[in-house]
Amino acid sequence: MITTKNLQKAFQDHVVLAGIDQHIEKGEKVVIIGPSGSGKSTFLRCLNLLEEPTGGEIWFEGTEITSKDCDINKLRQKMGMVFQQFNLFPHKSIMQNITLAPVKLGLMSQEEADRKARELLERVGLPEKADAYPNSLSGGQKQRVAIARALAMNPDVMLFDEPTSALDPEMVGEVLEIMKELADDGMTMVVVTHEMGFAREVANRVLFIDEGVVKEENTPDEFFSNPQNPRLKEFLSKVL
Amino acid sequence: MEKLQEIAEQFYNALIPQQRYLAYLDGLKMTLLISFFAVILGVTIGVVVAMIRVTAKNGKSVLLKILSKICSIYVTLFRSTPLIVQLMIIYYMIFTSRDTNPIIVGMVCFGMNSGAYVSEIVRAGIESIDRGQTEAGRSLGFTTMQTMRYIILPQAIKNILPALGNEFIVLVKETAAISVIAINDLTKMAGFIGSRTYKPLPPYIIAAVIYLIIVLILTKFLNMFERRLAKSDNH
Repeated sequence: MITTKNLQKAFQDHVVLAGIDQHIEKGEKVVIIGPSGSGKSTFLRCLNLLEEPTGGEIWFEGTEITSKDCDINKLRQKMGMVFQQFNLFPHKSIMQNITLAPVKLGLMSQEEADRKARELLERVGLPEKADAYPNSLSGGQKQRVAIARALAMNPDVMLFDEPTSALDPEMVGEVLEIMKELADDGMTMVVVTHEMGFAREVANRVLFIDEGVVKEENTPDEFFSNPQNPRLKEFLSKVL
Repeated sequence: MEKLQEIAEQFYNALIPQQRYLAYLDGLKMTLLISFFAVILGVTIGVVVAMIRVTAKNGKSVLLKILSKICSIYVTLFRSTPLIVQLMIIYYMIFTSRDTNPIIVGMVCFGMNSGAYVSEIVRAGIESIDRGQTEAGRSLGFTTMQTMRYIILPQAIKNILPALGNEFIVLVKETAAISVIAINDLTKMAGFIGSRTYKPLPPYIIAAVIYLIIVLILTKFLNMFERRLAKSDNH
């Protein structure tokens, strides 16, 4: 579904991604871990071109999205993204946050979008917040709405950029729970996170990114119980 | 007592004989007409210029960069020269034909002058919105323009409303300079009446009170608008 070929990204002279080759299958759940500054978030943000790669190719559903003639806006509709800082629209109610894009982009009528939004709010456990504004929600609730907002576009893949890193510890669980349900429903997911428990439980494959390259990748069992790369061993010994 | 009676008489003379109150009314109409169209023009120019400058900064388009440079020169020129000089130059140099309508010159000049200030206010407003908002919009599939329209501008407007209101108030009062190109606005009319009655003070005080009332109404209106926009802040 997503393929990257020798993906590179540099900010001026500072190389963040030094060539990443990855292939993510439909239905796969890939969890990316790594120390801060390793390039893991940059890699994720390159996948929907929020960061523009400085080298290499990215293919999504058979289209090269790094090519000049690609309509990235069209493709982004199929790639949901959830941010560390939620980024809900503070001037819109929860319902409007969820329905804005599908309606304005002409994918659904207002009635269809409203129905879908209520369904999604039910699914993330916040039906009573439909008419509230983001400022009145807790962090965990905001992130659940953000997930609902991304799902309203019926994406083929969901990208999560450290979705629980800005949350109070007691709210991490409720967000991970929603993500697990999403994974069980067969959604293709790419998740950058520090939640090792989530990686172990949900991932098909775990990547360790450090110094802009994938240093190790494996099934979660092998990855956590039998790490090979010395840098990964050191990293795991600190976080587990 | 006698003094008071004299003052009352002066104000009476400034207002009533020969239906002089109608002259203030005519002047007021002119002031409001020019202010109104100048505000519309100023806001339009301001928003467009601000959007060009902000998008050019983040984008790669060469055309946008050139447009942005032109906008920046425009802002510099209009902010660095006195309004009254701009009025004179536009009146005498640019609109040279005999049938030039000075009212249009006034609207254009005040509009362009205000546009320069408004564009800086709007630009600051747009840049005050967190980058994550743009990213969220783009990640949902919105174009740069759609993100601007549905997500960034509505929030920016809320933030800049006090500064924008200030600019409108300044604009309404600055229109008093329009008399230099022979337009009979409120200030000019007050001057006329003063020269008729040989007592210039009362008509100017009357004019001042009228300006004060306009600004108070405008302030009230802006506050109402601000409160309406603040509804999403409620917890």
